[in-house]
Amino acid sequence: MLREITLGQYYPADSPIHKLDPRTKLFTTMIYIISIFCFKGPVAFAVITAALAMVIYLSKVPFSYMVRGLKTIVFILIFAGILNLFMTPGRELVSFWKLTISYEGAKNASLMLFRMIYLIIGTSVMTLTTTPNQLTDGLEAALKPMKKIKVPVHEIAMMMSIALRFIPILIEETDKIMKAQMARGADFESGGLIKKTKAMIPLLVPLFVSAFRRANDLALAMEARCYSGGEGRTKMLPLKYENRDRITYVISIVYLVAICVLRRFPF
Amino acid sequence: MSLILDNISHIYSRGDAYEKKALDGVSLKIEDGEFIGIIGHTGSGKSTLIQHLNGLLKATEGSIYFNGQDIYDKDYDLRDLRMQVGMVFQYPEHQLFDETVFKDVCFGPRNQGLPEKDVTLRAYEALKNVGLDEKYYDVSPFELSGGQKRRAAIAGVVAMKPQVLVLDEPTAGLDPQGRDEILDMIAENHQRYGNTVILVSHSMEDVAKYVDRIIVMDDGQVRFDGEPKVVFRHYKELEEIGLAAPQVTYLMHDLKNAGYPVSCDATTVDEAKNEIMKMLGRR
Repeated sequence: MLREITLGQYYPADSPIHKLDPRTKLFTTMIYIISIFCFKGPVAFAVITAALAMVIYLSKVPFSYMVRGLKTIVFILIFAGILNLFMTPGRELVSFWKLTISYEGAKNASLMLFRMIYLIIGTSVMTLTTTPNQLTDGLEAALKPMKKIKVPVHEIAMMMSIALRFIPILIEETDKIMKAQMARGADFESGGLIKKTKAMIPLLVPLFVSAFRRANDLALAMEARCYSGGEGRTKMLPLKYENRDRITYVISIVYLVAICVLRRFPF
Repeated sequence: MSLILDNISHIYSRGDAYEKKALDGVSLKIEDGEFIGIIGHTGSGKSTLIQHLNGLLKATEGSIYFNGQDIYDKDYDLRDLRMQVGMVFQYPEHQLFDETVFKDVCFGPRNQGLPEKDVTLRAYEALKNVGLDEKYYDVSPFELSGGQKRRAAIAGVVAMKPQVLVLDEPTAGLDPQGRDEILDMIAENHQRYGNTVILVSHSMEDVAKYVDRIIVMDDGQVRFDGEPKVVFRHYKELEEIGLAAPQVTYLMHDLKNAGYPVSCDATTVDEAKNEIMKMLGRR
């Protein structure tokens, strides 16, 4: 019922992408995001598409899983696309009634759509191939220098990993409560907006109660195990770079340079 | 008037890495007024099975007939089915939401579209039947103790007067006294209304005392189906699938093996006592 949410959902598989160090994946994803926002010309676009296709192929995650992440933002995509299409001034391409589509508008809208879609798919590759724990470990390690300027890096990472950890639990819980209320004749589908909102009360109240109960239990359990923050804390699986990580770093830097060089050329 | 499951299979997350076959060709016929226990260890498919009974889960294969009608028919009203097949989930107290216990119990009957007067009557009747003291009716459900919450939640389903009442581990997490009270209450209500009751549990002891028929689930399949004493004759096989017969079954078998002329069909302590007394009197 609620299984469509893939953002932040790990897909287990045995692939070279899964085996990469999370820091490498974070860095590569960042390079990738920079590249999709600064590329120019069709050749660069082809390079990005090829790179993305290659990574998706290597990750062994079914492509349908990545597209699922797009479903949640379809509305934003359409909205932003339409705005760009009609609101950009420039040379007239098509005109009807009071609306005008300019050449620049069409270009902007299609570029924006590609960027958003590529952004979501690219980041989905990372979240689908990295467990939430690895991800926050990677973030913590990558942000360590920020500690110098008093940023509570460990606490932020901890909060993130707890939040991520609880997403599937809360989804499951929602599913359970929904079923229980449906068994009592609750109707979540029919009716207008007000009726639908009212129908959510029997779902939301127990969900909040259970979220607070879980938070309380977790805090107690952490305290019982003498949790005291990041100071002097060691890891069971410390992050370690392998050769494949080094190779990935080199490839991604070459990739970024290539994209930047392609900006200089007219094609 | 019955519930028929015809060769039901259910596969979770079909076609990806999480694929799991939870039910594998289950066929059952449940008659009106039966008191049934469904037993199986964790992950044997009990919970999946019962969620098919009121159409919350749709079988990957097979069909289900309630009172002769196919519930997977396009124009079959699943909401109506859910009123007829009441379901009490595991830890039902987690579904409580309204300001007072009484209002919460009214939720089900009100969804049935009954007039307000009947809703109130049903709620009173249900709360009385589950043995919740009247002083708790106007209290917030979140202020009750664990056992009282469970009673209130069960009342929320009982108030809908379902033809079939399904309870998924209604005694999980309760102390022995609370457990007996809840099970006694369920058995009493079964006798009072003569409705069908399906009790899911992994405790043989609990189930043996109350039900007339036991269905043993293992690995998504029905392993045994019959009267408790018949099922418990297979106590060796039950052990193999991670279950155990009631302790008296073991006692009676031990006595028999030691050469005493007893029947091994006793499933409750009382029956065992009678059997032993009979044997002692005979000698």
